[in-house]
Amino acid sequence: MRRIFKAVPTMLKIGFSEAVAYRAEMIVWVFATTMPLIMLMVWTAVAEVAPVPSVSGRTWGAGAFVAYFLSAFIVRQLISSWAAWEINYEVRQGTLSMRLLRPVHPVLMYLVQNLAFMPLRLLVTAPVVVILLVSPGAAHLEKHWATWLVFLASLVGGWMINFFANIAIGALSFTMESSVKIMDVWLAAFFVFSGYLFPLDLFPPWLREATAWLPFRYQLGLPVELMTGVHELPAALMLLARQFAWAAAFMVASLALWRAGVKRFQAYGG
Amino acid sequence: MTRYLRLLGLQLRTSALLAAQYRWDFLVDGVISVFWAATAVVPLFVVYGEAARPGIPGWSFGEALVVTGWFILLQGILDGAINPGLQAVVEHIRKGTLDFVLLKPADAQFLVSTARFHVWRVFSLLNAGVILGLAFHRVGRAPSLMGIAMALVLLAAATLLLYSLWILIVSAAFFVVKVDNLTYLFSSIFDAARWPSAVFRGALRFVFTFVIPLAVMTTFPAEALLGRLAPQTLVGAVLGACAFAGLARLVWLRSIGHYTSAGG
Repeated sequence: MRRIFKAVPTMLKIGFSEAVAYRAEMIVWVFATTMPLIMLMVWTAVAEVAPVPSVSGRTWGAGAFVAYFLSAFIVRQLISSWAAWEINYEVRQGTLSMRLLRPVHPVLMYLVQNLAFMPLRLLVTAPVVVILLVSPGAAHLEKHWATWLVFLASLVGGWMINFFANIAIGALSFTMESSVKIMDVWLAAFFVFSGYLFPLDLFPPWLREATAWLPFRYQLGLPVELMTGVHELPAALMLLARQFAWAAAFMVASLALWRAGVKRFQAYGG
Repeated sequence: MTRYLRLLGLQLRTSALLAAQYRWDFLVDGVISVFWAATAVVPLFVVYGEAARPGIPGWSFGEALVVTGWFILLQGILDGAINPGLQAVVEHIRKGTLDFVLLKPADAQFLVSTARFHVWRVFSLLNAGVILGLAFHRVGRAPSLMGIAMALVLLAAATLLLYSLWILIVSAAFFVVKVDNLTYLFSSIFDAARWPSAVFRGALRFVFTFVIPLAVMTTFPAEALLGRLAPQTLVGAVLGACAFAGLARLVWLRSIGHYTSAGG
């Protein structure tokens, strides 16, 4: 166990060099996740006529939308993971056997690889953070420092749900021809139910209620809501607890799926 | 010319055979496409909400739904006919197997573009039909014959534009090799086409009309169906699409000159 943890800093270093080497890919990824900025334009165009009222009694003006969608862009950058595609590719090409040979759990390898990208992701989000702070959206950000701490914890939780969901779906490719289609469905649901395309506050009440019981809101919606000061501290902590319950559930399920899948793996191709 | 038509028929037949082999994909793709169509429509419902919300300036709910329906139609064409073949090129370039394509006695661009079709994606066309039907029910009047004719011309122009844009992106693969996620990038940018172009302002409006002509692909045809597209816009769009295709062809020819194959 201790030997493995000793290897982590080296793995991180390798991962970081990889991230720097494939920075063009990183840029492509950033451009591919500009959806919140498109939605920002859609919603400010809508809000220009008149502020949008929500069922909960809040009115969304242009400033609120700016704060919401810039936050959504930042959170998406920090929580994203593409392990599902990677696993799917490696299983089909048979190159996963290389990972299985190493004395470190492959899931830990994917995890470290993802974390190694963090410095670059922070670099990408830095200008957006600055824009957010000088934009009219700044007035709509959370004021209380304690909620910001909850926000940091919720980023970790959101990242965990996203990462382990990726592992779980990736592990399905051991038993299916291609798990990418499942990922497509997952992503489509994520877009609608996470608050990525619109604040969940604007959903009709019954759909809003449903999102409280689905994992998607806890991936992205919750951190964004915490940034934009929607929740009081006690409510925020309650939501955080639910988020970590989801994160734990996904962790357990994905590791079980992985273990069951690897048994079937026969490294064809190569 | 007849030779190329025969080749196209042959390629289509192999794709159809392949699709028939994976019959279950028919069901999976069907379910997924309905799901995708539903998620494309949901944001519209949220934007327009319970009648109280004004929505996108200048577009009623039904009219905006026409744009979304057209978007789903084009997405089907993109995923079914354009993406699969060109995605294969990226793989060929990376592995160096493009050599085998280049050796064949036919135009390489033609061969790679027609290499693979996802036949089961015809489902998207069905979904688009249903959504367009609902949209016009909401608008309260059927499109005129003239409008339909104009929209069909624009459909051809849009397909040509999508294809040319893809060729331009694939050409980039000759220079930067690791471009697996270019497909993903392209579909995310194309996602913006589901909204009427009226929501984009300033520089972005210019970009989405002339540089990445998303407006031409979905907003113009919707306007044609609604009977409010000026004929000169149609002419401009068609000429623009042809110019785009010419440019893509030139870039492709230049890039393929850069291809040096990959070692073993």
